[in-house]
Amino acid sequence: MTDAVLEVRGLNVDYGLGDDAVHAVRDVDLTLHRGEVLGLAGESGSGKSTLAYGLTRLLPPPGVIAGGEVLYHPDGGDPVDVLRMTLPELRRFRWAETAIVFQGAMNSLNPVHRISTQLTDVIKAHDPRGSSAARLARARELLRLVGISADRLDSYPHQLSGGMRQRVMIGMALALEPKVVIMDEPTTALDVVVQRQILRQLVELRERLGFSVVFITHDLSLLVEFSDRIAIMYGGRIVEQADSADLYRDPLHPYSHGLLNSFPALRGPKRELTGIPGSPPDLRAMPAGCSFHPRCPRALERCGAEVPVLGNPAEKRDTAHVAVGRRSPTDRTVACWLHPVHHDGL
Amino acid sequence: MTTSTAPSASGTTEVVLEADGLTKYFPVRERGRELLSRTTRSVRAVEDVTLRLHRGRVTALVGESGSGKSTVARLLAQLYPRTSGEIRLHGEPVDVKGGKRFRAYSKRVQMIFQDPFASLNPVHTVRYHLTRALKIHGNAGRTPQELEDALAALLTRVQLTPPERYVDKFPHELSGGQRQRVAIARALGADPEALLADEPVSMLDVSIRLGVLNLLRDLKERLHLAILYITHDIASARYFADETFVMYAGRVVEGGDSETVTQRPAHPYTQLLIDSAPDPDRPAVQEKDGGTGEPPSLIDPPEGCRFNPRCPHAMKVCAEKVPPRFAIGDGPGHFAACWLYGDDLSDDDKVQLRGVEVR
Repeated sequence: MTDAVLEVRGLNVDYGLGDDAVHAVRDVDLTLHRGEVLGLAGESGSGKSTLAYGLTRLLPPPGVIAGGEVLYHPDGGDPVDVLRMTLPELRRFRWAETAIVFQGAMNSLNPVHRISTQLTDVIKAHDPRGSSAARLARARELLRLVGISADRLDSYPHQLSGGMRQRVMIGMALALEPKVVIMDEPTTALDVVVQRQILRQLVELRERLGFSVVFITHDLSLLVEFSDRIAIMYGGRIVEQADSADLYRDPLHPYSHGLLNSFPALRGPKRELTGIPGSPPDLRAMPAGCSFHPRCPRALERCGAEVPVLGNPAEKRDTAHVAVGRRSPTDRTVACWLHPVHHDGL
Repeated sequence: MTTSTAPSASGTTEVVLEADGLTKYFPVRERGRELLSRTTRSVRAVEDVTLRLHRGRVTALVGESGSGKSTVARLLAQLYPRTSGEIRLHGEPVDVKGGKRFRAYSKRVQMIFQDPFASLNPVHTVRYHLTRALKIHGNAGRTPQELEDALAALLTRVQLTPPERYVDKFPHELSGGQRQRVAIARALGADPEALLADEPVSMLDVSIRLGVLNLLRDLKERLHLAILYITHDIASARYFADETFVMYAGRVVEGGDSETVTQRPAHPYTQLLIDSAPDPDRPAVQEKDGGTGEPPSLIDPPEGCRFNPRCPHAMKVCAEKVPPRFAIGDGPGHFAACWLYGDDLSDDDKVQLRGVEVR
């Protein structure tokens, strides 16, 4: 695998210690390539936000990283393990290399400070030598970048609409030109029209500035449209990972299939949809084997006993639909006993 | 309980609940100089909303946050007094302000709220919630056995089976979908004719939303309920509702048969809404850049059509006069409140406010 910017290997995140620990993220392997938008989809409690906080080391207690590594590949440098960084290293790494836009980012702005103060603060914290005029100019540039007129610099957050606050947050995340931007449900609280404006802008900015995005959401239909690759999480594990178009056309995991069939279509023939029966699992009492098997319409006996491993499905390897200019189909992985994994000297 | 209007011939088109010119202004707290001036400011949350709920049909009310859709539901449920307009239940005007008459009204018109985590009392069991609804509305029967049967019937109706597994649970022991089912069962405990569902699935996990919508549809068919389905998701309105109304900034801008409204939207706002909805099948190239601007302030809404500052087709008349409903000939009852469909406009009226911007 070349051109990875962030590689997650065997990441485990628990809440609590010892026997009572809740395993929120289990054995996650994930690669973010340079310049791509990777969508991370899952329901509430699937561990998608925990994963994001885990790999940025922002987990609030009692969250504990129980194992694994997160390798960051700087431009032309040797990979570094984010989980092993010392605090000063981490401080330099954050925001300059990876930035995060939080869920409900509209409320992450400080209500008693002007937008300009909050933007220049970020720049000052990481580059204390610049002049304040230069910082202000940069703040102005950032606002323009996200499509807000610069005279809004002197506004307080309450004077901006939800969509504008969200843009300010995105602008702030981009302040130090990070290589990786993690967005945790950045548009969930917004209306669809505003959501589309912001996402379009994000895609544009990504093309211009060339950063990679991890986009976390529960809205799979949004991801299919906006991301290059999608990883689907269920019960703390990644159950399927594929190119957006492949996943949409041909989901392999029954959960992905069910999820895609949970969104009524706006166009085309009207179909009767069923959603997925049952409820998402309780992390404190995970079913044995594949955590989806109690809800799975195609569960086998084996599913209740053994946890399926994430790997390249053998059948896809042979009938490879090698589209020109696309990544190889080996990039497609699934964790399901219906799709036995292809083993070759890996 | 009297029913004034005789059921119409077809039975399914009988109007249960209707709103005519429904308007609600919320007063704004005044500060400083405003206190001295005569004019009182208000948020014009809902203006001139007319809609009908039919027996055995689902009517969707689609809009963004702040469009007034929830206010309409609350007005219909008589939770707020209205500023003007009329609400009729089976043709009879109703105006209740609490007390016995409110109870009699709420027996016939029930509401389901968005958040099943907040609408159930965490210290009480499912049994308590349902028993209370049954008793208040006189459906609990006379003996404990009858009550028990009624409870079991309610839970079975919302597909929480076997009932004995759920009846003694506390809300925290249930998942979001199960909680919303309990909330629906509680509403059904009154044996209502109309159900006002305010975003009933938007707080639920994606994979279980359809289960709840399908349940509501099933109830509609079996109990011939008139359902008002309030949502921001126009795709789910297409899936679930027979009729769809679209609200923008407190006014209904378009309405008609769901399929017609979603496939051939007439009002520029509806078109924007549909173009903005996530749709994996969308051809990636046809990105239209219509999505500029944000909804207006409702304290001081724009003159004329409230969408005119954002509308790519805005004409002079749009900024002057509120557009009435114009019938669009392509579907039963399809209308749009938009001057584009007015036929007797003068040339002066038709002057474009802005060139169609292509960025």
